[in-house]
Amino acid sequence: MFLRILRSGLGLVLSASALLLASSAWGSPPGALTEREKALHVLNRLAFGPRPGDVDRVLRIGIRPWIEAQLRPESLPDSQLPARLASLETLSMAQSEIFDRFEKPLREARERRKLAAAAASPTVNGEAQASGAGNDAREDMARLPPEQRPRRLVAELATAKVLRAAFSERQLNEVMVDFWMNHFNVYAAKGLDRVLLTSFERDTIRPRIWGRFEDLLLATAKSPAMLFYLDNARSVADPEHRPAARRSFRREPSPASAGTPETARAAKGGLNENYARELMELHTLGVDGGYTQKDVTELARVLTGWSMERAASGEFTFRPRAHDAGSKTVLGHVFAAGGMDEGEAMIRILARHPATARHLARKLCERLVSDDPPDALIARVAARSLASGGDLRETVRAVVESSEFFDPAFFQAKVKSPFEYVVSAVRASGSSTDAGRPLLKQIEQMGEPLYLCQPPTGYSDAAAAWVNSGAIVARLNFALALASNRIPGTDVDLSRLLSPAESEDPARAADALARGLLGRDLSPETRSTIARRLQERAAAGEGAEASPLSLVAALVIGSPEFQRQ
Amino acid sequence: MLLKSGGLALVAGGFLPRVFVRMAGAARPASRRVLVAVFQRGAVDGLNVVVPHGEKLYYDARPSIAVPRPGAGAGAALDLDGFFGLHPSLAPVLPLFRDGSAAFIHAAGSPDTTRSHFDAQDFMESGTPGVKSTPDGFLARAVAQRTVEKPSPLRSVAIAPTMPRILTGPAGAISMTSVAAFGIRGGTASGPASASFESMYGDAVSGSLSATAHESFEALRILKSAGSETRAPQNGAEYPKTPFGASLRQIALLIQSDVGLEVAFTDVGGWDTHAGEGGSQGQLGNRLRAYGQAIAAFARDLGSRMGDVTLVTMSEFGRTVRENGNRGTDHGHANVMLLLGGGVKGGKVYGRWPGLDASHLYENRDLAVTTDFRDVFAELLTKRLAVTSLERVFPGYTVDPRKSLGAIA
Repeated sequence: MFLRILRSGLGLVLSASALLLASSAWGSPPGALTEREKALHVLNRLAFGPRPGDVDRVLRIGIRPWIEAQLRPESLPDSQLPARLASLETLSMAQSEIFDRFEKPLREARERRKLAAAAASPTVNGEAQASGAGNDAREDMARLPPEQRPRRLVAELATAKVLRAAFSERQLNEVMVDFWMNHFNVYAAKGLDRVLLTSFERDTIRPRIWGRFEDLLLATAKSPAMLFYLDNARSVADPEHRPAARRSFRREPSPASAGTPETARAAKGGLNENYARELMELHTLGVDGGYTQKDVTELARVLTGWSMERAASGEFTFRPRAHDAGSKTVLGHVFAAGGMDEGEAMIRILARHPATARHLARKLCERLVSDDPPDALIARVAARSLASGGDLRETVRAVVESSEFFDPAFFQAKVKSPFEYVVSAVRASGSSTDAGRPLLKQIEQMGEPLYLCQPPTGYSDAAAAWVNSGAIVARLNFALALASNRIPGTDVDLSRLLSPAESEDPARAADALARGLLGRDLSPETRSTIARRLQERAAAGEGAEASPLSLVAALVIGSPEFQRQ
Repeated sequence: MLLKSGGLALVAGGFLPRVFVRMAGAARPASRRVLVAVFQRGAVDGLNVVVPHGEKLYYDARPSIAVPRPGAGAGAALDLDGFFGLHPSLAPVLPLFRDGSAAFIHAAGSPDTTRSHFDAQDFMESGTPGVKSTPDGFLARAVAQRTVEKPSPLRSVAIAPTMPRILTGPAGAISMTSVAAFGIRGGTASGPASASFESMYGDAVSGSLSATAHESFEALRILKSAGSETRAPQNGAEYPKTPFGASLRQIALLIQSDVGLEVAFTDVGGWDTHAGEGGSQGQLGNRLRAYGQAIAAFARDLGSRMGDVTLVTMSEFGRTVRENGNRGTDHGHANVMLLLGGGVKGGKVYGRWPGLDASHLYENRDLAVTTDFRDVFAELLTKRLAVTSLERVFPGYTVDPRKSLGAIA
């Protein structure tokens, strides 16, 4: 009914003129935020943007009570979510089952290949077998049916991440899972990590993000995913520091060799500093946290022997014979000849360090408040974190209860990351989605392939990383594709965003749709652009292939204001 | 003989001897010149890329991952000058060195002592080692120093999903993953949709978003009229099917389309070989194979146009001289850089070799830096792109012409 009216030239001109004439307040509000703006703000920052009706819902509940409930996600019913995730079978598979189903077949294929190659042409030192390893491994993979390839694990993780962000009621929980997964970034395409990430997110990160930071940190330190990603699983004491009875050590299977032929030969092992460095630079103290190269090496020595089982589950194990038996000094803390306990002690020291509190406070404020958060805010959040013994709920609370959180200067001041942008558009438009490959590809094209950030830094939370021309073009293309239902697996029904009264009144329809998507008034520039476009469209007699509603939706979702949160 | 048969275009299928590369470059105005910078992210092991096979200590330090001396059979280094040799996986690059269009600079790098990938990359891209507050990238500042008639919005392009630090700056740059992916796709309504977006972003309500979008729309128009999307590689060039191969192809495409490109940047990862790096064979060998093929394909694709184009590679730091316990290497200091194309006085390994004996190692573990990467870029920028205000490109650093390697004509 509404569409028919809007298709007539008269309706279009009417609605266009209404858009042109109506004026709206826009831009940074001068005084304090209104309650409505605050509701929108919490939905943008502590959730993945408003769904239709969400702003009113938050206002009804009250902003503080809404935040408080979000801070206690276990108190929020989330009954719809399990059904949405049900088809993603690997999410609930035990680590050992994942290993058996996705890693073992490839290992067995590799073993068979090696035996066959050895039978065909014995080589001097095995180099010849290693040479084509990449190609052969790809062929092994290609022989597997797609549902048995490890790629499925990462695909299901990415799909689940989008579904949870789009549809979970525990929005802040999903925001913080994203934050901590990014803080403790693990790159899914690094060898074995593809079969370890499912458990890493489910068993290591998710259960601990509202607890104490040191417990979260220690859990990541013992997670096979991190041990493998940052090579600690391969790090063993230098020969002169190995414990006395270690003659058989060379024959002990090297855990992290986890099958690669060239590393299996390197079972003799040696110190690897990779994890020790990132543990201090990225996970705790921050790059200016006051440690030296010497501290990195010493910490790496402390952590020698923290490794993983090679066979079956790939679970954490401490290898006493790989552990450095000498005395070490990290940040002035002296560890004599200890075992695993010295690593645990040092990790707790790092977790409780004031520099760590500052580093985490800054990162949290960058995520939740501003790309360039005020120093005073960071200092207060860090102090609260220290005072609470690193309680992560209290630390997040310190950010959202600060006066800066609702400072008008930070309202709509952050550019959404690609993940946030896509999910917020799905939510705003009330779309249904299977979050399958086509939608995930959109996020990739904007520069943020999920679970595939290679460097341990994780993705940036600042606009500078995302605002570039290629990514902007990808965002505009996404807006066009979403609004005209051209993303397979994702369906949008824009007419549902309008009340019956608005549907009957074309003059109000475009405005209402725009408002509905954005959760607030459009900027005058965007309003007039949309109006002009509708007028031109009517004048040219365009029409059949794209409805005016989808045109308006595409322009709003692509607009500068929808890029912001 | 070449001239008799009708000009330079006819030899485009092969590798141009150095003299012709230089002639081709000289015959054209500086404005057609392009600098292509490649960042090997993750700190490539330069000692296994350009191997000091004349150093016994190299073999002592790397019992299981050294590349064998030239002539040692399969997997041996490919000799460059009697002292250095190329990793065998880089065989496709060897002809470029031999014909004088490629050179290496060894023991080059950043003077900063950090062994953090993040910091070291940041310092190298900002061009201000040790200074974190630098807001922009040094190539962006270099482009801003150039006076070009009618600068194109496509003068600085990064082939990357996000804008790299090195091209971030007020001069503006474009980043894209490919020319084909860089367009507004709205079916038959693409034109009007594009126009509407352009007008929305045109009014400066939104700072960087607006400026970025404006550049995008300009670039879109130019690329469309140049018909870049439909061009195929030239001269039978075959790029490896890797992201880096695809990136270099996109840069070649932009150059061939004459869209006003001055500086291009792309990166290639996977060099952080803490374990299983290997010698002739292993992770590094596998990475280098496709890497070398991509660079050789780029040179072939551009043919005689390579006389306008100079490619340079960098990596945030090198790797430890001694192998670690996992047939790999850890974070080190100095590294090797490659120069290729127009103006390069090739066929030579430049730089002062500091040696590998303990007393000459940096912190008793790493190859020492004897050439500051800024000196390499200073030479490239002044001689190839006529950039004069180096103090603005590298604030706080005085480029001493006496330290110039003379690697660029």
